[in-house]
Amino acid sequence: MGVAGKAVPQTAVRGPSWDGRFTVLILFLPPALLLFTLFVVLPIGEAAWYSGFNWNGFGRPTNWIGFDNYRFVLETRAFWLALRNNGLIIAVSLAIQLPLALTLALMLAERFRGAVALRMLFFMPYILAEIATGLIFSFVYDGDYGLVASIWRTFGAEPPHLLASTDTAMLAVLIVIVWKYFGFHMMLFIAALQSLDKSLIEAARIDGATRSQALRHVVIPLLYPTIRLSVFFAIIGSLQLFDLVMPLTRGGPADSSNTMVSFLYNNGISRMRVGYGSAIGVILFVICVTFAFTYKRWFMRDE
Amino acid sequence: MSNAEIARTPFDPAVLFKAAFLAVVAVFVLVPLLATLLGGFKSLGELRVNPFGLPRHWEWQNYADILFSGRYWQLLRNSLIISTLTVILTLITASMAAFTFAHVKFYGSSMLLSYLTLGLLFPAATAVLPLFIKVRDLGLLDTYFGVALPQVAFSLAMSVLLLRRFFRDIPHELLEAALVDGCSYVKFFRYVTLPLSRPILATVGTITFVNSWNAYLLPLVMLNTDALYPWPLGIMIYQGEYSSEWHLILAFITLTILPTIILFLLAQKHIVAGLTAGAVKG
Repeated sequence: MGVAGKAVPQTAVRGPSWDGRFTVLILFLPPALLLFTLFVVLPIGEAAWYSGFNWNGFGRPTNWIGFDNYRFVLETRAFWLALRNNGLIIAVSLAIQLPLALTLALMLAERFRGAVALRMLFFMPYILAEIATGLIFSFVYDGDYGLVASIWRTFGAEPPHLLASTDTAMLAVLIVIVWKYFGFHMMLFIAALQSLDKSLIEAARIDGATRSQALRHVVIPLLYPTIRLSVFFAIIGSLQLFDLVMPLTRGGPADSSNTMVSFLYNNGISRMRVGYGSAIGVILFVICVTFAFTYKRWFMRDE
Repeated sequence: MSNAEIARTPFDPAVLFKAAFLAVVAVFVLVPLLATLLGGFKSLGELRVNPFGLPRHWEWQNYADILFSGRYWQLLRNSLIISTLTVILTLITASMAAFTFAHVKFYGSSMLLSYLTLGLLFPAATAVLPLFIKVRDLGLLDTYFGVALPQVAFSLAMSVLLLRRFFRDIPHELLEAALVDGCSYVKFFRYVTLPLSRPILATVGTITFVNSWNAYLLPLVMLNTDALYPWPLGIMIYQGEYSSEWHLILAFITLTILPTIILFLLAQKHIVAGLTAGAVKG
C-alpha cells in the first residue's frame, strides 16, 4: 500500500490509532526482551539457584547444601589470590593505564603530522582479540625464543621464563593488560577533548594562564565526566578479565595469575562443578553490581 | 604569552620530550606486532638467534603451509558464520526494540528500557554455567546458534541504547504526519527509520561483529566439535599442537589477526564512533 494510495478522509481525522501501536508492541518488543530474559537474566537467577547445590550438571539438581559452596569458595586460598589479582589489575589500570592514556590523548588531540597515524596505532591492540594478544605475548615472554629472553642474553644472563614463575607471571600479565587497553581509554579522552569548548581554554590563556595552568584548571576539570566514565569501564573490565589470561598462563603457575573468571573457569566449568562455579559467579556478580551502583550514585550522579 | 611561538622551534625541550615519549610508546606497541609478523617468516633456528631483525632468509613456506591447509579457512568460515548470525539477529531485534522505545508511548516503557540496560552491568561469566545447561536443554549445544543467540542477548543492551538515541533524533512529527497519511508504524520503521539510520546501524553492526569475532568464553563452553570452532578456539588448539614451534604459531597468529586488522582499517570510523557515542551516555 503506497502512502499516497487511498485517500480515506476518516483516517486523516482519526490520526494514529491504538491498534497501530499495539501491533508494534506485540511484534517489535518481544524478540529482544525474550532473548535478553532467556539468555541473560534467567541464567543469572539460575546461577544463584544452582549455587545452593552440589551438582555436576547432569539430571536435575537434588543435593541441596545451602550456602556451603560459598563457604568452600571463601575457604579456598586460590580464590583470594584471584581476588587480589583483580585488585592488582584495577590498581594498574588506574595508576598507570589511565594516566598514560590521558597524557597521550592530550598530545594527540592536537593536529600535527602523524597524529592520526599514531592514534590508530595505539588503538590497534584494543581491536585485536584477547586470545591473539595473549599468544603474541607468550611468544614475547618465551624463555627460549622470546624477545625478552634475547634481551637477557645480550647481557650474558640466563633468560628467565617469566610466565612460568609464581613471582613474575602476574606482573607479565599486567604489562600485557596495559599494552592492550590503554588505546581504548586514549580514544575516549581524545573524543572528549575534541568536543570541548575551545573558547574556555582561550579565555584562560588570554587571562594570563600558562599552558600547564590552563591544562590543570580548565581542561582536566572539563574532562572529569569522561575520566569518571573511563574509571568505571576500567574497573568493570578489570573485574571480568579472562580471555587474556588463558593463552598467557591459564591462571598458573599454582594459581598465581588467576582472575576471578579464570578461577571460575578452571574450577567450575572445566570440571563441571556447577554449584561451586555458580557460587563464584554469584560472588563476581555481587561485586560488579554493587560497585556499579555505588559508583553511579557517588560519582556519576549528575550525568 | 610568547611561549607559544617558542614552542614552534624544533629545539624546544618540551617538543623533544613529547616526540621521545610518543616514540617510546610507539615502539612498545609496534615491536610485539612486528616481531609476530616477521617471526612467521623465519625458521625456528633463526627465530632463536635473531628474534628482532628482518629474516635473513624469508620462509614463505610457513605461511603457504597454513594457507593451503584448509584448517585455517575452516576456522575463518566458522567465525564468519557465527559473527554474521550474531550481527543480523542483533540488528533486527535491537532496532525493532529501539524503535518502540524511541517512538511508541506505552505504560511501562521506561521500566522495560531500564530492565534491558541492566544488561550492561551483568558479568557474562556469572551466566555462563547456567547458559551451558540451558543451551544443552534446548538442543543447541554444538551448533552455531548455541553461540550466536547468547551473544545476541548480551549485545542487546548497548545496541538498543545506541540505536534508540539515534532514532529519537528522527522527528516524531514526521512519524505522526506519516500515520495521519495512513502509513503504519511498521512501514514507517521499514521505509523511513531504517534507511535514515544506516550510519548507526553500521556502527552497531561493526562493534557487534568485532566482539563476536574475537569472543572466546562462550564458544569455548558451547562448542565441542573441532569442525565448528571459531578461530580463537582453533588457534589455541593449534598452539597446543605445535607447542614450541613458534615460527609456525607466529605465522598462524598473523594470518588470523590479518582479517581483524583489515576490518578495522575499513570500519575504524564506525568502531570509534560507537565507542565514543556509547561512552558519552554514562
